[in-house]
Amino acid sequence: MADAEAAEHPKYLQHHFSDAAQQRESSKLGMWIFLVTEVLFFGGLFTGYAIYHSWYPEIFHAASRVLDWRLGMVNTFILITSSLTFALAIRMLQVDRVKAAVWNLAATFALAGGFMVIKYIEYSHKFHVGQLPGKFYSYGGIDVANPHVFFSFYFMMTGLHGLHVLVGMGVILWLLIRTARGRFGASYHNPVEVAGLYWHLVDLVWIFLFPLLYLIA
Amino acid sequence: MSEQTRSAAAELPRSAVAVPERTDENGLPRPNFLRDGGGTLWSWLTTLDHKRIGILYMIMVMLFFFVGGLFALLVRLELFAPGEQFFGPDTYNRLFTLHGAVMIFLFIIPSIPAILGNFVLPLQIGAKDVAFPRLNLASWYIYMIGAIFALYSLVTNAADTGWTFYTPYSSSGSDTAVISITLGAFILGFSSIFTGLNFIVTVHKMRAPGMTWFKLPLMVWALYATAIIQVLATPVLGITLLLLVLERAFGVGIFDPAMGGDPVLFQHFFWFYSHPAVYIMILPGMGIISELITTFSHRNIFGYKFIAFSSLAIALVSFLVWGHHMFTSGQSEFAVMLFSFLTFMVAIPSAIKVFNWTTTLYKGSISFSVPMLYALSFLFMFTIGGLTGLFLGALSVDVHVHDTYFVVAHFHYVMVGGTVMAFIGGLHYWWPKMFGRMYNRTSAVAAWALVFVGFNMTFFAQFILGTQGMPRRYWTYPEQFQSLHGFSSSGSLVMGLGFLIMGVTLLAGALRGRVVGSNPWGSLTLEWTHATSPPEPHNYPNTPVVENGPYDFDKLVPRVDAPGEPGPEPEPAPAK
Ligand code: HEM
Ligand SMILES: [Cu+2]
Repeated sequence: MADAEAAEHPKYLQHHFSDAAQQRESSKLGMWIFLVTEVLFFGGLFTGYAIYHSWYPEIFHAASRVLDWRLGMVNTFILITSSLTFALAIRMLQVDRVKAAVWNLAATFALAGGFMVIKYIEYSHKFHVGQLPGKFYSYGGIDVANPHVFFSFYFMMTGLHGLHVLVGMGVILWLLIRTARGRFGASYHNPVEVAGLYWHLVDLVWIFLFPLLYLIA
Repeated sequence: MSEQTRSAAAELPRSAVAVPERTDENGLPRPNFLRDGGGTLWSWLTTLDHKRIGILYMIMVMLFFFVGGLFALLVRLELFAPGEQFFGPDTYNRLFTLHGAVMIFLFIIPSIPAILGNFVLPLQIGAKDVAFPRLNLASWYIYMIGAIFALYSLVTNAADTGWTFYTPYSSSGSDTAVISITLGAFILGFSSIFTGLNFIVTVHKMRAPGMTWFKLPLMVWALYATAIIQVLATPVLGITLLLLVLERAFGVGIFDPAMGGDPVLFQHFFWFYSHPAVYIMILPGMGIISELITTFSHRNIFGYKFIAFSSLAIALVSFLVWGHHMFTSGQSEFAVMLFSFLTFMVAIPSAIKVFNWTTTLYKGSISFSVPMLYALSFLFMFTIGGLTGLFLGALSVDVHVHDTYFVVAHFHYVMVGGTVMAFIGGLHYWWPKMFGRMYNRTSAVAAWALVFVGFNMTFFAQFILGTQGMPRRYWTYPEQFQSLHGFSSSGSLVMGLGFLIMGVTLLAGALRGRVVGSNPWGSLTLEWTHATSPPEPHNYPNTPVVENGPYDFDKLVPRVDAPGEPGPEPEPAPAK
């Protein structure tokens, strides 16, 4: 009896849950709801984008041309690959191959870092030539009125997305350390699973951002 | 119910509900969360117990209620007579802005969900805690950080934009500390989102065995519907306020017409959150009213499912009516008509609830306990507030009274006459559960009477002022409005005194009120029938198994108090 109870109450099970299934389902549902709030958060920006795009298509088309779509393309591939490695990490945990999971998480982290490096290259170029939002705009090469409108959206959307990538990197690093220390395995890996959901959303947002910003010209 | 079915019901075998006693089988006192969760300040600041977190919220939220109330009294003092009384226009603009912002973001939005919701939701569904206790505590700290931003604005240059922060005044016109208060509201939004998220998961995943969806107390349904709005609407406010901060700090130009932007877009974004937000305020209040009306009528609630689903209906339709705040801001004629129509639709589920409550009262055996006094005043004042909302939703009326005191009176009738009455009623109702002690009835009734009279004096006068053309947000007015404004200001003092007495009564009750048993009101929901007062740290010694509905008053007689304990308030037992 006491043994059975100990088996039902492993260390990772928080006291207020009655069993591991309840805990797992709760954390998953919680993450899904959080993702809904994220979608709405970005949704405000996407709505603003849609409205301004319909008002000023010429600004958006002209300004989009100065972005380097090849960099955007590379970044899209990077993020999609990182989603794959994250999913593989979870799979490896499910089959209790902890080492492989650690490697996949490390790859995810490295890919996310690569994404940020490319974003950094893009940003520093824009700062250099003055393709900046609002009143900081000083670039002379786009021949329409108010080209800064596009760059306001560009920076707000990619900035908010980049912030999410950074937060994601922090979480991945934390999971990486804990996985390496053997905290997760086949019986318990909720945190990795729900962080994976988050990471796929970050990926998904970029998949929308890429064509909307880089490919509309 | 006809006479016949009534007497038939009376003959059904009625099982008494066992009430847990204060002592266990060995005569030792049971643990309680106030004493046995740890006595140090540190144990409170690091607690994961939803009941303690509710009390942490209560301390801060009531503090801000007091601060917001002081601002309100200052506003009313200035308006006692035309011309400059105490403050000039600049100070006045700051006062009403701070009053509104503090009351909305720091008081009324967190009030019921974060205080009473935190305390009773897990108890009512028979859970040990909310699904994510650490997130719950984090939400309180986020609230504190948001409050610090708001306070920073307050002590530097304050803000004078109104709680609505309309652009372009907020982005380029005002030279006050708009950024910090906006960031404060932004951060507070996350606190609200996390509470909502926690509640949704808790209701879905943490219910006790036997607690099916239609056995949930209506308070839980209301909190659930509220949580949906918190989760769906608040992020939009977040991004809107962030845009405003970016606009003001970096001139991104989204809301600035000179840079190709559109200030009215801000209003759309703002009200897309803030109209649903008014239901974040009222829905949990409606949940409390459902509990109070049925408990104190000792009668099963009329139309349980209608009340439950109307909460969800309100939550959904509330996302489609934001344009009624912008009838005069320049929308297309079609949009204006559509929004007007939808505004009428959203009143239907609210009315359904009012009819159900009224029907529950009919032939109930009503006891006029203090919480019930607040519930009945809710019925009266919320109805006035809701009906005048319909006047405002009617286009032809609104273009005349928009931005007048009529609107001010409308929203105070729903927010104070509705939400605050429900909140205070709820406090009086669950107070003995929280502290195991009862407040003094006489002074609680006196406080209620002062609040009721003072409130109606203050705000009914404002309906008349509004129809006569007195615009809102002005620091002075023509001679002709003096008597009504003076009357309104006097009422606000009466109401302020009432709230003060209420606070002292509750506090004294918690500290040295008469000790009461587990179920002094004879309620049937789990927190009364299965938990001690105050509850144990983990709520229930054994997870309750639910067999009956939450309001089966015709099947069960609640055993009002455990034997050997001091009796309840001298109240008429459920005479049937
Ligand atoms: C029966 C349902 C309701 C209807 C039909 C309704 C309708 C309206 C309308 C049309 C306005 C805009 C008036 C104007 O600015 O010209 C308004 C303003 C307002 N309502 Fe309601 N309302 C209802 C319930 C509520 C509730 C339950 C609350 C809060 C608990 C609330 C809070 C407010 C506030 C705060 C404002 C003014 C916002 C501002 O401009 O500062 N209303 N209402
Ligand atoms: Cu509204």
